[in-house]
Amino acid sequence: MSTQTKSIVAVIDYGMGNLHSVAKALEHVADENTEIVVTSDPAVIDAADRVLLPGVGAIRDCIAEMKAQGLVPAIQKAMAEKPFMAICVGIQSLMAHSEENGGVDCLNHFDGNALFFGNNHKDVDGTKLKVPHMGWNQVTQTMNHPLWEGIESGARFYFVHSYYVVAGNKDEVAGTCNYGHDFCVALARDNVFAVQFHPEKSHKDGLQLYKNFIHWDGKP
Amino acid sequence: MGLAKRIIPCLDVDNGRVVKGVQFVDIRDAGDPVEVAKRYNEQGADEITFLDITASSDDRETTVHMVEAIAAEVFIPLTVGGGIRTCEDIRRMLNAGADKVGINTAAVFNPEFVREAAERFGSQCIVVAIDAKKVSAEGEPDKWEIFTHGGRKPTGLDAVEWAKKMVDLGAGEILLTSMDRDGTKNGFDLGVTRAISEAVHVPVIASGGVGNLQHLVDGVTEGKADAVLAASIFHFGEYSIQEAKETMQAAGIEMRL
Repeated sequence: MSTQTKSIVAVIDYGMGNLHSVAKALEHVADENTEIVVTSDPAVIDAADRVLLPGVGAIRDCIAEMKAQGLVPAIQKAMAEKPFMAICVGIQSLMAHSEENGGVDCLNHFDGNALFFGNNHKDVDGTKLKVPHMGWNQVTQTMNHPLWEGIESGARFYFVHSYYVVAGNKDEVAGTCNYGHDFCVALARDNVFAVQFHPEKSHKDGLQLYKNFIHWDGKP
Repeated sequence: MGLAKRIIPCLDVDNGRVVKGVQFVDIRDAGDPVEVAKRYNEQGADEITFLDITASSDDRETTVHMVEAIAAEVFIPLTVGGGIRTCEDIRRMLNAGADKVGINTAAVFNPEFVREAAERFGSQCIVVAIDAKKVSAEGEPDKWEIFTHGGRKPTGLDAVEWAKKMVDLGAGEILLTSMDRDGTKNGFDLGVTRAISEAVHVPVIASGGVGNLQHLVDGVTEGKADAVLAASIFHFGEYSIQEAKETMQAAGIEMRL
């Protein structure tokens, strides 16, 4: 089969390290008509059918690398026209601003900011909570969405993060989690879906989410 | 509803095979690491730790291939430790598919390595492994010291202070092994686990000494650990991961079932 007939999922590589597990998980759920391409080439992103923006590390470096490699226009164009998913620091990069690294302006696709849990984070009963928020926590689905298909509300996903998203527009919140307080872990608007957790590390439910993305037509 | 405590089966790998922990004289073969990892993944393990205990560095390439094979099929977090001494070692393991790396002896000899690694790869993937032994006598205030070389060489470093220093340098998680308990099946050293867990703001994994499921419960309820690691109780079919999780949940601990 020629590659022209294949549906392409572009995983954006902006030099922030390990995309192995994201690509492997997508490949695991991809059918023979889907090809997973890890790329830093704006033309490849432009030509792809679906685009996934992963995120690892600190936000300042992520945004700086996206800009340095000339990827911001391609990311914005993809978000305007095709199924687009962002993961972990990827969701934070789509907000207006993050308070990490002394304050960083982000891509401003979603209204809202990324805030620090703080090193003195506590549960409602006063118990000390570790930061980063690391491990398996429950995600409550707050919106019907094609990407939640086959996944129960309350299913556990794997998280590793110290900053969390506060949505400016509550109608865009697709999922929440509780760690000391409720916070947003999934945002959705039109053809863009973004999550704070790592689907590629979240066993069956994570793989189901990626499978849903690969088959998503971009309609909410 | 909230964050679940984690169960982490540990694969001690020597010459490409899973073996019982280093402290055991009678080393029993527990199978092919890739098959064992897949089995634990299916049983509901929350993460997997792969510890390369091969003495010679010649076999590092074997480890890289095994990590690749595990990462291609197991979609839960994978930590790789043993022989991680340079940023190049870390880069290789992350590229092979590890999510985190464990740094042990190299941190003792060069603490700045932890800072360098955290700055380069992010704290989220830097686990500092601490091997501690109780050095206070009966009746004295509790004191634990860092040991290297499988618990044989004292360093004079206080374990609690060391853990705090590692976190300040950028460790995202602490893997704490009691060298007094490792291989004994008498349970974790709950004193040092609690002392370190309460002293740092990052998650602490308790390790060393698990002989039954109550020990796992105690590690969380008494030791205040965020995760519990065990090897031999799972390898030889004494208990399954699922049974361990059900026991912990029945004891009131939030688990991912």
